Amino acid sequence: MIINHPLLGPRDASEFTYLGDASLIDRPDWQSETAAQDFYEYQYLRDNPAGLHQELWFHESGDRSWLVVTRNTLTHEITDVQLARDVARARGRSK
Amino acid sequence: MTQQNRISGGQIDTSQTLKFTFDGKQYTGHPGDTLASALLANGVRLMGRSFKYHRPRGVLSAGSEEPNALVELRGGARQEPNTRATTVELYNGLLANSQNRLGSLKFDLLAINDRLSNFLTAGFYYKTFMWPAAFWEKLYEPIIRKAAGLGSLSLKEDPDVYDKGFLHCDVLIIGAGPAGLAAALTAGRSGASVILADEDFRMGGRLNSETFTIGDASGADWAAATVAELASLPNVRLMSRTTVIGAFDHGIYGAVERNNDHVATPDEGKPRQTLWRIYSKQAVVCAGALERPIGFENNDRPGIMLASAMRSYANRWAVAADKRVAIFTNNDDGHRAAADLHAKGVKISAVVDTRADAPRNNDYEVLVGAQVIDTKGRLGLTFADVRLADGSERTLECGALGMSGGWNPNVHMTCHQRGRPVWNDDLAAFVPGADLPAGMTVAGAANGDFSTAGAMASGVIGAKSALKAIGLKAKTTKLPQAEDAPINISAFWYVKEGKGRAWLDQQNDVTVKDVKLSHQEGFRSVEHLKRYTTLGMATDQGKTSNMGGLAIMAELAGKTIPEVGTTIFRPPYTPTAIGVLAGRARGQEFHPKRLTPSHHWAKEQGAVFVEVGNWLRAQWFPQKGETHWRQSVDREVIATRKSVGVCDVTTLGKIDVQGADAAEFLNKIYCNGFAKLAVGKTRYGLMLREDGIAMDDGTAARMAEDHFVVTTTTANALGVYRHMEFVRQCLFPDMDVQLISTTEAWAQFAVAGPNSRRLLQKIVDPEYDISNEAFPFMACGNITICGGLRARLFRISFSGELAYEIAVPTRYGDALMRRIMEEGAEFDVVPYGTEALGVMRIEKGHATGNELNGTTTALNLGMGRMVSKKKDSIGSILSEREGLNTDDVLMQVGIKPVDPSKPVPAGAHLMNLTGPVDADHDQGYVTSACYSPILGHHIALGFVKGGGNRKGEKMRLVSPLTKVETEIEIVSAHFVDPEGERLRA
Repeated sequence: MIINHPLLGPRDASEFTYLGDASLIDRPDWQSETAAQDFYEYQYLRDNPAGLHQELWFHESGDRSWLVVTRNTLTHEITDVQLARDVARARGRSK
Repeated sequence: MTQQNRISGGQIDTSQTLKFTFDGKQYTGHPGDTLASALLANGVRLMGRSFKYHRPRGVLSAGSEEPNALVELRGGARQEPNTRATTVELYNGLLANSQNRLGSLKFDLLAINDRLSNFLTAGFYYKTFMWPAAFWEKLYEPIIRKAAGLGSLSLKEDPDVYDKGFLHCDVLIIGAGPAGLAAALTAGRSGASVILADEDFRMGGRLNSETFTIGDASGADWAAATVAELASLPNVRLMSRTTVIGAFDHGIYGAVERNNDHVATPDEGKPRQTLWRIYSKQAVVCAGALERPIGFENNDRPGIMLASAMRSYANRWAVAADKRVAIFTNNDDGHRAAADLHAKGVKISAVVDTRADAPRNNDYEVLVGAQVIDTKGRLGLTFADVRLADGSERTLECGALGMSGGWNPNVHMTCHQRGRPVWNDDLAAFVPGADLPAGMTVAGAANGDFSTAGAMASGVIGAKSALKAIGLKAKTTKLPQAEDAPINISAFWYVKEGKGRAWLDQQNDVTVKDVKLSHQEGFRSVEHLKRYTTLGMATDQGKTSNMGGLAIMAELAGKTIPEVGTTIFRPPYTPTAIGVLAGRARGQEFHPKRLTPSHHWAKEQGAVFVEVGNWLRAQWFPQKGETHWRQSVDREVIATRKSVGVCDVTTLGKIDVQGADAAEFLNKIYCNGFAKLAVGKTRYGLMLREDGIAMDDGTAARMAEDHFVVTTTTANALGVYRHMEFVRQCLFPDMDVQLISTTEAWAQFAVAGPNSRRLLQKIVDPEYDISNEAFPFMACGNITICGGLRARLFRISFSGELAYEIAVPTRYGDALMRRIMEEGAEFDVVPYGTEALGVMRIEKGHATGNELNGTTTALNLGMGRMVSKKKDSIGSILSEREGLNTDDVLMQVGIKPVDPSKPVPAGAHLMNLTGPVDADHDQGYVTSACYSPILGHHIALGFVKGGGNRKGEKMRLVSPLTKVETEIEIVSAHFVDPEGERLRA
């Protein structure tokens, strides 16, 4: 597999480490009244789509960027790659 | 020995003679021969024995699809089992032996299996060896393993080198037959970077094996001229002896190049084979087609082969399969074999054609609408029995019989990503489907374009479409005239007459009967058929046999062949040596070796090393007279606790954390608080996973307001860094914090023991006061040593002694170790290894990976109160889950034997003094154990249910497997200096 790194261009998948669903970015608010339930769902519940899937890859043997890769789980086609940091900001995460 | 079957012509160099040995007998051949062609030239038809019945077998094919002629190639450590004689390039001195036999190849004692065939049908394993169960392991399995199987391994280390390499290209062309050569010409002349790979040692594919002309030249000459032109193009890389074994994601192909399989021994330093990873923008599969045999009784005798193979041997290798041959065909192509051999002066007994409208073009006999119904000849074909169209029977005398059941396009590569081939009625064969891997096109016979002209034209089209896809313009390539005969076939899979066995899969001994039996017993899916009968599961993966099985299955089920479908094609395309997949990553080179800065010094001291991850660490330092490791370890512990010891702890992960939000960031990753840690202080930190389980522990030293140095355990250095980057980039992207791993930038040594300060005072520059008052327990700071060398000093202790860790830039690590030993001589300083380190931390009750084992929480570790509720940190919310916080939760404790002479082995479980010993009554387990030279008996750390309240309780430590049952007492985990007075001294 080849991942088209937004800063470094096409890189072999063997340079990366896979983590999982990019929903891991959406860490719940620890002070919410439903925090216990929210964290349980965040930690354990995942969609398992047959098709497009946003997932986190770490460029471990490279520039150490976390990336959000949109991959088709049926064909392995990769249609989008973004810096996870940009995705996190776009989803409203800050400090 | 003369080459009695050698005829004229061919692409071999008869000016040179090569000697080779098969089963101890010497033969000769010529450059350009394969082992199979040379054996046939010498009249050797019998080359192997089948897997199950040990039937005598000869070559079926002339290529990599060969099921029968498998040999053990070479001898000694280089012996290679299951090597297809049809692909082995002959070299002088070649040594090969037949395999899978007991006794000689001609008198194989296991041929008795053939007489027992009624008991050895499909699924016989499941039916025959059912009971008694105890017989399976002791009796049945050893016998079956002995009788079945193919070649044997040398069981010696492979002395050869295998390499890996990476290649990039615009267009990868797989196969250098007429289609592949035409595609390569088109792409090459257009300036694209091209790789043309072919498994054969001579490019040209079927052009080398047929008598067709292209333009004015023979096909073989045109191929040679085309290869010469391609070789002159700088943008084209020709890779013969290279099998593309798999099509992977995103245009990546795996290929094995056999660099030096065609010589006895590779030159010094040269690889035998290379595994290439080819990154292509586009690929054109020109893998050709494979001829299929026909099923009829006793169709497996040596001398019976594919008609196309017969032509290959005659036209390319100048070998007549026999003096007298017959052909059995269901299509026009089979007649070519008769015509070619006839032209070479070989006697054609007859052409047996199943079709009523079979052509007659020559002056040999064509038996129209006839079928071969049986054959004779124990170790090689002598006669073939034919049922004529009028129902009468006739016997043909022949030493070779060519079978032509039509051609299967080689769709393998097109299916590696779940693509399925589709049925083509005109060809009576599967052709590539529409769902090809991205960037792949298929041309030539692989795509069902069987004629030479058709293959070349589709090669040009394939190359053009590949070029277009990457934005290159194709130059027009004018092709010379070539043969363009139409396909004329009527599907015919097997002869229905006869009670005997008709072989489909010759390597795994699967017959038409077996397929019928499997259907009768209810195996209706093609995948089930395959696994029940083992059809297509041999080393040839059923390249010549699967189609026949599918056709019979379809017939029995009353379905069409496409309804039955094919099994899944998976890489590798042909058997691939484990050695080439491993490449150089074997033995000591299996993974990179990381050496500590004091490694060379430790080696000089005669240290014993242990692998810790990729690191080699000194385990202990044996001294003269010490004969057991415990003597060395006990001495190191006692000496350190008495005076001073030094240990290289560079391997612990070091992560530099800088930025205005550095403290806030540590607050997130550690469950305990760091915001209020003063500059110049160090704190122990426990890191949780989000699920509340402990991930790692270490220290964070605040070197400045916005600068921390974090340590991790050796094993988790990589994972912790990855996790910290995840938290930084994905969870808190606007924090002003930067991370970098500095594990290898700093050499770090633990200097421990009551004299450690006195020793360090001799090294640390005098302007730095490291007295207890100025530099107390948990202090840290930037200092200089040895007259100006920058260093970091941390007053932290894993051993429980007054201790420091001192870090210098890595390149000074060796010198610092030597200086410490020199300056420490007056204190009798000792180096200590990981064993003594482990003993001292168990004595002190410090947890490591044994305790932070991926199942334990902060509470389990006795650090429950460290998890701050006042701030957000990873894992804090889920660590509060009810199930992790019950009253009888496992708690870390110390364990000592009631009888001090008894050991307390790690891994043992704890049970109450009375009551049953079983999992239901399990009270906990031992995680770390050692002999404490300070206490004079064994001690251990472990987890016990409700451990906090059980100190002083006596329990049973059990290990039923090793028959251990020892009475122990639960004690505090702090065996040595429980008040921590030594630390603060």
